[in-house]
Amino acid sequence: MSSGNFPPSFTRRQWLALCGAALPAAALGQNRIDIEKFGGPAPIPLAVVGYSGEVNDALRFDLEVAGCKMVGESEASFVLNGSNGAQVEGRLRDRAGTTLLGRAYNRGTPRQQAHALADDVIKALGGQGIAQTRIAFKCEVTQGKSEIYVADYDGHDARKITSDGAIVAAPTWIPGKLALLYTSYRLGNPDIFVHDLGSGSRRPFSRRAGLNTSAAVSPDGQRVAMILSKDGSPNLYVSRMDGSGLTRLTDNRQGDSSPCWSPDGDTICFSSRTGGPSTLYTVPASGGPARRLRLVGASNGTEPDWSPDGKTIVFTTQSGGRFEVCVVPAGGGEVTRLAPGEDPVWAPNSRTVICARRAGSGVRVLSLLDVPTRQTKDLPRLTGSCSQPTWAR
Amino acid sequence: MFAKALTLTAALAIAFTPGCRRKPKEPITPLPSARTGQQGITNPRPGGPGDLSGTDAGRGLTDSSGRPIGSDLGAGGQNGAGGIKPGDNIGLDGGPLDRTQFNEDRAQFAANVVYFDFDSAVIKTSEKSKLAGVAEHLKTNPNLAVEVEGHCDERGTEEYNRSLGERRALAAREELALLGIDPKRVYTISYGEDRPAVDGHNEDAWSRNRRGEFVLLTPR
Repeated sequence: MSSGNFPPSFTRRQWLALCGAALPAAALGQNRIDIEKFGGPAPIPLAVVGYSGEVNDALRFDLEVAGCKMVGESEASFVLNGSNGAQVEGRLRDRAGTTLLGRAYNRGTPRQQAHALADDVIKALGGQGIAQTRIAFKCEVTQGKSEIYVADYDGHDARKITSDGAIVAAPTWIPGKLALLYTSYRLGNPDIFVHDLGSGSRRPFSRRAGLNTSAAVSPDGQRVAMILSKDGSPNLYVSRMDGSGLTRLTDNRQGDSSPCWSPDGDTICFSSRTGGPSTLYTVPASGGPARRLRLVGASNGTEPDWSPDGKTIVFTTQSGGRFEVCVVPAGGGEVTRLAPGEDPVWAPNSRTVICARRAGSGVRVLSLLDVPTRQTKDLPRLTGSCSQPTWAR
Repeated sequence: MFAKALTLTAALAIAFTPGCRRKPKEPITPLPSARTGQQGITNPRPGGPGDLSGTDAGRGLTDSSGRPIGSDLGAGGQNGAGGIKPGDNIGLDGGPLDRTQFNEDRAQFAANVVYFDFDSAVIKTSEKSKLAGVAEHLKTNPNLAVEVEGHCDERGTEEYNRSLGERRALAAREELALLGIDPKRVYTISYGEDRPAVDGHNEDAWSRNRRGEFVLLTPR
């Protein structure tokens, strides 16, 4: 996909401003890494030396999530050496001793400095860091009552943004804005609300009779796909962001769920039971026939999410009560099973996924998954059972 | 608000005239028409570092003019108390069910909970007598309405189950229509897997959680 759908100015300006992180200065040294190496199934052996406490923990977490493996210096292809005294500093060298990165960070908290360093390391290795991104999700506080939270991508600095004392569900970011859409039963019905995190205000977005849920905003922020049952069956609809121009895209009695957008905004992928057990379909966002996405080797597909680079759809399969996160090429084809989990969502780098994993007794925890290496990292557990993550991108 | 309740009563009475009866084989009637928030969202104010301040203000629901909402649902100007004619959308036409307009009676149909097979929204033959009981009560009390809650077991993804629960509720609504109850007296709500009847992670628990419950609604 073209990066035009995701104005780089937003990510940089707003998120970095939000995180209070340092703006990157010119990195020292040259990037001599074979980029092919980064992105393959083998994690990059990396030694992290000289850090302590929270900075050490955050750095290691970030780098492992990004596809590195923490090893001793003797086994390392790269060594990150530094300190976290008055400020976080780091120097990245390859095996030949060439410096790939050398920087000090003095803005924001030590944790934020660690995230900024981790992102610079990944960039120097040819990847795209995600350590300064944010997520939103729901947590069930007591049975039948949940709230929406916003947090750093690693689950830290989690803030509860609703106090509805009701069921909430299906949060989704509006691309390029500090705003969410989500479902809340606060008014006695599953309705979709739009919540501006900057001002703290929110408004109803869709309060039609019956089900209003699973909102998904187009990459250009102009349209919203959603599931409504007002016409007698839970089907897929799309409207403009201002709520006008509601169009019904599917018309079946079997029911649809969980729409997502292609990065060019032309196509919506969703789950439907039109042809039997649930599986994935695509439909032109402007209307037209829905087509079944060919999934070789997977059944009961739901919860698709289209990677920002347009290449891959991640989704959930289910068999025998077990949920697995899978990927399939966006055009359909062979399915690759990645890890136990459900409701997967792509990070902005089209590489990392966050999903919910059932940890027993019905409790769900959020888990980060590096798709090429299949390394996973659970987020520190918040209150109750957390699920339905969404990544700001 | 009071006028709304009166309107409902009148509407339900009209709904019960033969001319408004539905033919059983027709596709199910769309739910009462929509009332939606039409407002777009504005660009957020740029926040300072880590600033999500004010988000707790989100606990107060306000409309575009800053007025609290929730206290007057369905009583807005779009839903005037003008005369309802046969063929109009009858009943709660202001949007989703407005609970402030009803007393809810959960006991009346406590024995009428219908159960579903795994991943199915088909009303089983064994459950039809329970629906007949609900229909009978509604026929003898033409001023009352009912809400059908659709629930699921935990063996499904969350949003899939939210759709499945709605399909279960809609299936019960359709069955009531076949039994002669105007669908406009029947509201649906899906709780997906969020409100299990029993805890547990085995077939015994699951089979009791895949269900439709009926709540009798009495205009205040």
